[in-house]
Amino acid sequence: MNASAALLRPRTPEEVAALLGGGGRFLAIGAGTKPALSAPPAGFTAVSLAGLSGIVEYDPGEYTFTALAGTPLAELQAALARNGQYLPFDPLGAAAGATLGGTIASGISGPGRLRYGGVRDFILGVRFVTGRGENVRGGGKVVKNAAGFDFPKLLVGSLGRLGIITEATFKVFPRPAAAATLRCDLPNFAAACALLPRLAAAPFDLEGLELAPPGRLWLRLSGAPATLPERLDRLEKFLGVEAERLVGEAEAAFWRAEPWTGLAGAIVAKVPVTLAVLADFDEALGGRGAGRRYSAGANVAWVSWPGAATELDQLLQARGLSGLVLQGPTPRPLLGIRREDPFQRRIKSALDPAGRFPDL
Amino acid sequence: MLTALAQIFPPDRLLATAAETAPFESDGLTAFHARPLAVVFPLTTEEVVAAVRLCHQHRIPFVARGSGTSLSGGSVPIEGGIVIALNRLNRILRLDPAQRLAVVQPGAINTAVSAAAARHGLYYAPDPSSQAVCTLGGNVAFNSGGAHCLKYGMTSNHILGLKLVLPDGELAELGGESLESVGPDWVGMYVGNEGLFGIAIEITVRLLPKPECYRTLLAAYNELEAAGAAVAAVVAAGFLPGAMEIMDRLAIEAAEAAVHAGYPREASAILLIELEGERAGLAADFDRLQEVIRKSGAYEMRVARDEDERLRFWKGRKSAFSAVGRLSPDYIVQDGVVPRGKLGHALSEIERMSRERGIRVANVFHAGDGNLHPLILYNGREPGALEAAEALAGDILRLCLRLGGSITGEHGVGLEKRAYLPEMFNPTDLDVMRRVRDCIDPLELSNRGKMFPTGAPAPSAHGAHPLEKAGIISRE
Repeated sequence: MNASAALLRPRTPEEVAALLGGGGRFLAIGAGTKPALSAPPAGFTAVSLAGLSGIVEYDPGEYTFTALAGTPLAELQAALARNGQYLPFDPLGAAAGATLGGTIASGISGPGRLRYGGVRDFILGVRFVTGRGENVRGGGKVVKNAAGFDFPKLLVGSLGRLGIITEATFKVFPRPAAAATLRCDLPNFAAACALLPRLAAAPFDLEGLELAPPGRLWLRLSGAPATLPERLDRLEKFLGVEAERLVGEAEAAFWRAEPWTGLAGAIVAKVPVTLAVLADFDEALGGRGAGRRYSAGANVAWVSWPGAATELDQLLQARGLSGLVLQGPTPRPLLGIRREDPFQRRIKSALDPAGRFPDL
Repeated sequence: MLTALAQIFPPDRLLATAAETAPFESDGLTAFHARPLAVVFPLTTEEVVAAVRLCHQHRIPFVARGSGTSLSGGSVPIEGGIVIALNRLNRILRLDPAQRLAVVQPGAINTAVSAAAARHGLYYAPDPSSQAVCTLGGNVAFNSGGAHCLKYGMTSNHILGLKLVLPDGELAELGGESLESVGPDWVGMYVGNEGLFGIAIEITVRLLPKPECYRTLLAAYNELEAAGAAVAAVVAAGFLPGAMEIMDRLAIEAAEAAVHAGYPREASAILLIELEGERAGLAADFDRLQEVIRKSGAYEMRVARDEDERLRFWKGRKSAFSAVGRLSPDYIVQDGVVPRGKLGHALSEIERMSRERGIRVANVFHAGDGNLHPLILYNGREPGALEAAEALAGDILRLCLRLGGSITGEHGVGLEKRAYLPEMFNPTDLDVMRRVRDCIDPLELSNRGKMFPTGAPAPSAHGAHPLEKAGIISRE
């Protein structure tokens, strides 16, 4: 049998371990909603986790759930919503079919990561299979745990390079009763950027803060419905510009949509940024005709790149930035600067000594 | 080795006589003892690297040390090893309010970071109760917790970037300055390594805006289990309190005697709940919270009228353990975790074990995240008392595991709970963890003997740390 031609579809963690126990080199994939991450490099066989699907445990009173890696986000979100709960980091791609395992392995969080943290901050425990075919558990099922090495966090963003995630436990939060958004337009990018450090130290409990060039901002508040108008008034006064109020389904739809929605370009990439590089980076991207949205208080840029991945790679390297391609043709998903780090190398060699997963 | 160290460190920063190293023989709280060969105080990264390289060259184990407040014996020296004391690497290198971050050295004190950030309206959220003395380096190594973990997470959730000296002296850099990153979460993997992955010499922490307003409620109950059930009711009603803490009768008694917090002395348990946030949103939430507590069977409710009263409520809580320590010459504290819904069950089991064995146990705990802190009282001068107390402590940890929890919520495994790690993880899990350790530190030089069971007994003599007796720090 030519293993590389077939799509493998194990149905239990034991079957995943058995695969690794045999020969071959593998890349785990979920629903394929981030195609640049689910295309196996030459010589690697895709292992679909779709057969490992379903909620294993969910006790709303504990604010935790455990689910198999192939479980669609939409299924999880529906179960949480029935109990007034949610994953506050706004996982992306639920409508397209994205899975829990893919969310962890890609390390992608939505705009909600601003207030309480991203995937890494809500994952509590994980089961995964190492390159040596060992079925391993790390972390726990309770909201607080300090025993053993933190494999759950390590696997966030691991892109299938360190192990195949088969199951995970997450913390969840109660969903606020209501949310509302102010949308405003500053005269230019510099004016919008100037607001960010002021907002950073202001006492607003912002659930979301998004910026789209040239100067559009979205600011989200949530809580008891009766208190929102007063809080929005205060926020608007602080902003010093007239703002439009979004409520109801239109508001929810904005925050649910992938931040790169509507941006044209063959390549979609995530680029972590800081305020310090924002102006220069935006100018460079704009000059090349790239679409961009700055998300989570301008901690991450979603870039829609019209050119080749190698050009974006150079642009990032020149600025000391790194990025991750989700969609579009690219020689490798990670772009920009790479640290040849002994810590990283040593952990890779412990979990995947024979290179059964792609290189970091 | 000493000669080589003396070439790097002047005499005032190299301690090697028994009298000089004595204060470093234990990390105090759990009082395991071991005599190091020497204690050095580096002033620069280069000196840390030089000391680590020397240890590597001579195959001598080392432990990095901050203030020595570990509650699991995590910073106890290795017999004949080197203590690399980071107390003089205590500067805040950079504070960036716009990006809401600070870059600090490992010897920086936890509260010093918040103090420096305060003028920008920011603070560093993780608040282990030893925060007035414990260092960020220690917090990172042990992924320290505190009273606000349900809402804000542990230390790991607040670390953005790290510069490391690996156990062979190589340098590494993880993470960065953005809240987001790409690639595996190396920072997350490093935090909580218990000193086995070398030394963090530069730490980038995330700062948060100070909540505009706090509302604090104290509720008294006739039954400890009713207080536990109230916590479940608060959660079920969809609240996300900054903190939820419970103290039992013995703990209340001691806290009252020590700091006169004004707690109802006759209560079987008190529950302390705090909401925080924007003023406008908070009032409505707090009204609703009071309604939930009223229905939970509390026989008395008090709302902190002002900041003074709020701080008094918290003072009793924060000093509770050192106060309980006055009731007994010796005590052990554990920090096992149970699912929140099983708190009531866990507490009645602990109460039953305590009664059956005739060993007093006081309870003060982070109810919001199911993190117990049973304080097991004994007299070390009575033959067999320590062993009986340790047996009870072990059984409480097993109870936590049976209920689906963890052997440690925030203190770490250290020396103290090594024997219990195999009860939480199976042999394969442990093999893989050991292999990671071996790849990072094949000679096992960095904090040798911690976290993983070795079979070797650790000499122990439990008792209060001098700082704890003085009420400066407490076993949270």
